[in-house]
Amino acid sequence: MMGFPILSLITFLPIIGMLVILFLPKNQDRLVKYTSLIVTAIQLVLAVVLLANFGYSSAGVSDQSTFQFVEKFRWIQIDGVSWLGTVKIDYFLGIDGISMPMILLTAFVSLIATISSWNINKSVKGFFMMFLLLDTGMMGVFVALDFFLFYVFWELMLLPMYFLIGIWGGPRKEYAAIKFFIYTLFGSIFILLVMIGLYFSAQETLANGTKVFTFNLLALMNQSNYLDSGILSAANPHNLRLIAYIALFVGFAIKIPMFPFHTWLPDAHVEAPTPISVILAGVLLKMGTYGIIRISYPIFPDITRDLMWYIGLFGMINIIYGALVAMAQKDFKKLIAYSSISHMGYVLLGMASLTTIGINGAILQMFNHGTITAMLFLIVGVLYDRAHTRGLDDFGGIGVQMPVYTGFVTVAFFAAIGLPSLSGFVSEALVFLGAFSVSSIRIIAIISTLGILLGAGYMLWTLQRVYLGQLNEKWNTLSDLDAREYVMFIPLTIVIIFLGIYPSAMLDIMNTSVNTLVNFIANNANSISLLSGL
Amino acid sequence: MDLTNLYTSLSYILPEIAVSAALILIVALDLIFNKDKRIIPYVALFGILLTIYFVIDQFRISGFAFPASDANNFYGMIAVDHFGAFFKIIILISSFFIVFFSLASEEIQKIQEKSGEYYALMFGMILGMLVMISASDLVLIYLSLELLSLSSYVLAGFTKLRDRNSEASLKYLIYGAVSSGLMLYGISILYGLTGSTNLYVINSVLQGPNINVFTLAFSLVLIFVGIGYKISAAPFHFWTPDVYEGAPIAITAFLSVASKAAGFALLIRFIRTTFVTLVDDTSGYWHLVNSFDWKTILVIISILTMTLGNFSALWQNNIKRMLAFSSIAHAGYMLLGLVVFSNQGLIAILVYFFFYMFMNLGAFLVVMLIANKSGSENVEDYNGLGYTSPFLAASLTIFLVALTGLPPTAGFIGKLYIFIALVDAQMIAVAVIALLNTVVSLYYYVRIIKHMYLSKAEANQITIVPDKFTFALVLALLIPVLVFGLYFTPIIDLAKNCITILGL
Repeated sequence: MMGFPILSLITFLPIIGMLVILFLPKNQDRLVKYTSLIVTAIQLVLAVVLLANFGYSSAGVSDQSTFQFVEKFRWIQIDGVSWLGTVKIDYFLGIDGISMPMILLTAFVSLIATISSWNINKSVKGFFMMFLLLDTGMMGVFVALDFFLFYVFWELMLLPMYFLIGIWGGPRKEYAAIKFFIYTLFGSIFILLVMIGLYFSAQETLANGTKVFTFNLLALMNQSNYLDSGILSAANPHNLRLIAYIALFVGFAIKIPMFPFHTWLPDAHVEAPTPISVILAGVLLKMGTYGIIRISYPIFPDITRDLMWYIGLFGMINIIYGALVAMAQKDFKKLIAYSSISHMGYVLLGMASLTTIGINGAILQMFNHGTITAMLFLIVGVLYDRAHTRGLDDFGGIGVQMPVYTGFVTVAFFAAIGLPSLSGFVSEALVFLGAFSVSSIRIIAIISTLGILLGAGYMLWTLQRVYLGQLNEKWNTLSDLDAREYVMFIPLTIVIIFLGIYPSAMLDIMNTSVNTLVNFIANNANSISLLSGL
Repeated sequence: MDLTNLYTSLSYILPEIAVSAALILIVALDLIFNKDKRIIPYVALFGILLTIYFVIDQFRISGFAFPASDANNFYGMIAVDHFGAFFKIIILISSFFIVFFSLASEEIQKIQEKSGEYYALMFGMILGMLVMISASDLVLIYLSLELLSLSSYVLAGFTKLRDRNSEASLKYLIYGAVSSGLMLYGISILYGLTGSTNLYVINSVLQGPNINVFTLAFSLVLIFVGIGYKISAAPFHFWTPDVYEGAPIAITAFLSVASKAAGFALLIRFIRTTFVTLVDDTSGYWHLVNSFDWKTILVIISILTMTLGNFSALWQNNIKRMLAFSSIAHAGYMLLGLVVFSNQGLIAILVYFFFYMFMNLGAFLVVMLIANKSGSENVEDYNGLGYTSPFLAASLTIFLVALTGLPPTAGFIGKLYIFIALVDAQMIAVAVIALLNTVVSLYYYVRIIKHMYLSKAEANQITIVPDKFTFALVLALLIPVLVFGLYFTPIIDLAKNCITILGL
């Protein structure tokens, strides 16, 4: 399928927008904002076009022919000599049911974040240039099917994120920005190392019959491509697959962030400006779990199966720990940040089940968490813009003063708690269904349900402290939502309610791919154990 | 030696002859144009371009200048091969840039009346480096090293504008004299042990029996002091921060790229010619003589070098000094390409050097342009530069990101190839240490970015608007850093063809 390069367009459109902004004259802030708005709007339109042309029965996962909108070109080709094999790296993009929801999410949240950036006044040009560069990095991660390309996009996000937190952030922005940068680079080096290890372990057969080392993710998923002597080949009795898996997992886990690698997140969230918190929670965190599903799972199916209990355990720790810490927060934004850690735990738990229903739930939870948490951060942002404080105990009775706003707040809070008919419920239910159905992690799932209780606890308590009760007289000048804020909240609310009532809209997209992935893991894990058993 | 032989030999050293001729021409022009010396830099540029032409021409040939032969060997004083040509190109390209740097540098422009001597000395350095890259005889190695050193001692303190210039020069001289003295002692022992100063002859002797391992080790360690000093490998790096900080920035940049490249070329040729007994054509790995364990020593030195460099750089407030430590750390990374003793590793070094040249020169150039205006290299004076001088700050950011080794810059590709060579050689623990070092280095590179963008500008913050010339100069370094980060095929292809070193 070599038609219109729509995936390249959706990925690099923000960079084009960035260059346009670069050459706009100075002091044209409105023009800059509109450029960014148009770019992200077109991106969303493209994502919808992708969805409209998306084949629901096409599986993807490990088979190039069932990936959709594939673009594959030779990017780097260095002919080999006797002691150096041919080096080839492809520019290889394509999507399946696992990446499609993420693309929708990225495009959607980016547009919302652009609208929410409207009141940025400090170096507007720089802000939107960095924002759009970040956008390209995020989109690229979700469409890349070559490990090298994936890594380039993965790292491309670091610098813009550093600037976005560091320049436009709160009082401790410098600390938060460098902490984010160093933490994620620390994770990336492990990903890089595993990438190089995989490169030397497997060979892809080209059309002309020659075998070359490869970064192609799909080729790396095929266990028959592995060399017997490769350090990451299952056939090698001294292989380092377990260590490599853990290293890769840590690299991704830092992004999720999984306990105990989560400490950068509260700092980054608290200091980041609202739109960046929205992006961070809405999209960036999903890259970690996406990376695990896209790369770790199918490339190391055997280790995945061996370690599923631990993945579930860390999911559980994330859920409970995040919720408990959230409960103790006095800062509204920090509370949402920790609730975010808790909710990402559900994703891990669903993934750990290795069942279709559980992974469906995990990916749906990724999408839902993206929209719900984006909305929660916007809610904090709205309040902070007006009151310039985020102390949970400073408020009270805001519901009286800002009734419409509080209406949206209620929807978002209940979605986060997991109230039926709102989107959060469906994904959490699926995650638990998946986890319960596997006997080995059933107990973990049972303990994890505590998280729902705790979640309801801190969310309702917050609702009560901030929005209910007697109005604190200090805040009787606060105005309700303006038109721009309506534009941010209404689409998010619609999506949250829609997916709560009709989750199939999203589940149908991913179901075929997830099913294939689950079977793929089971089959390959079995054949690898047979192999190493011999 | 008969005349045909001499004629061939001379044609093999045309680049060196061209540099010498340019040197003489510069000295002559300096005497002729007593008042107005503006022509001299252009003569220098022309000389460099001509030399580049001759070096490119050398890609056709491969052989010994001033050859000799005995029953077992065909050898010579100067080995002309692709490996040497690659490093000569690196040296000449960086020299070319340094001439432009000097034209853009206020420091150097202030001493315009002395520009005859300045460029003459620079060509002395270039000549020393070119000979050093090709030399395959210990005596010639020592001579070229001294030629390079003596010219650089003077250049390091050339402007005499500040006390620290003289301090730099003196420190450089003292460290240099000690290490070259030790090296000479090592050479004399090696000569005593093997009966020859020619690397090829020494190689065949070392392959034979009856080598006193202790004496050999003693002499090699002493020789390594001299080379380690040139590439500023720990623990012979102590001169580097002081000299880099004190010397004029153009010269610092020159030392950090060209002089280091020559040192590396010397080290690689020395080990490759003297100690390799066999190159496995299918795997690309080198087999070394057993009498000296280069691998362990070099692994330790490279880890020590990068770790010391990176951790010392964390505390620096002077950017030149910080870049000095950073260049020490980079020497450590590059040494890793050597310790795998394979063609892959050698490719990694060549590629790394090629990219390192652009990013390091670029970083120094921006620092120089800023110092031109502000007269300071203190990191505090970079506060708010991102807003007052957006182009320079953005360029410096990209150069620093490249030095960290993040995609999509060329620095990433350089690092990637080093790590690929390490993983291929199953030296994963070393790769992990090097990668962790990269994380450390991020902190001090980003610290400058932080000062430029995150810190509040002082009231008297200077605004630097680069003129067309400096703008083009920055772009000339910036574009390769970005383009090669995304499309590096030509460089790898070039490096792949440039790993032939005359010898086994």
